[in-house]
Amino acid sequence: MLVKLSEIQDHLSNFTVGIAGAGGLGSNCAIALARSGVGTLIICDFDKVEIGNLSRQYYFSDQIGMYKTAALKDNIARINSDMRVIIYQKKLEPSDIPLVFSSCDIIVEAFDHAEMKEMLIESVQTGLPGKPIIVGSGLAGWGNNELIRSRKVDETLYVCGDESTEVGDLPPMAPRVGIVANMQANLAIEILMKLKHI
Amino acid sequence: MRIILNDREEEFFSDSISVNQMLELKKFSFRLRVIKINGVLISKDKYESTLINDGDNVQMLYLMSGG
Repeated sequence: MLVKLSEIQDHLSNFTVGIAGAGGLGSNCAIALARSGVGTLIICDFDKVEIGNLSRQYYFSDQIGMYKTAALKDNIARINSDMRVIIYQKKLEPSDIPLVFSSCDIIVEAFDHAEMKEMLIESVQTGLPGKPIIVGSGLAGWGNNELIRSRKVDETLYVCGDESTEVGDLPPMAPRVGIVANMQANLAIEILMKLKHI
Repeated sequence: MRIILNDREEEFFSDSISVNQMLELKKFSFRLRVIKINGVLISKDKYESTLINDGDNVQMLYLMSGG
């Protein structure tokens, strides 16, 4: 079977991916989806770019002090100006989630704190039943390539990461954060490629 | 009773146990997790009142900070 990249990009252009959090996972995942031709991203984050973020997040030194959502939108436009990027610059509450992400075909969970991950998963699974969510969990430190995996819980819940290392015990570093972010993007594409567009 | 826990068969010497009892018996120490029983998400405040019965499919996902 011969598949051209342009055909894949044409197909992906019909879909919308939500990204909750624009840190190490969210920014790198967004860039991979932009390069792959996904049509629309909905990105939520409340933070500004800090110098310490540059060790792993997809931002540049001249963007320090900017809101991450705005900086990421600029960076995406420099790569794929055809991508539609909708940004929400706020800290999400459980009640916001069904509203913000209802038009998404898939949601990528890219929050920092485990409590926020839990809140998002619960809100999506109860407020947006049937909507697939791809969780990132376990990406701290370095090495141990073989422990990073992608796991399908069911049709609506997937997890990428090692599910054991935690930021706090170990620092987040570019390679493992990037691996998990790109696994999330890779899985989002796999799911979208099976969807028919209207 | 026998249940499926993360795709593996597990046996417990009881007809049914609460989610909290299962976590204690299995010595699961992770602070945060998501649990689904037969595809239904169980919120944290229901861990005491929700019972796991023979034949149930229990799935757990561990939530680690970092993103």
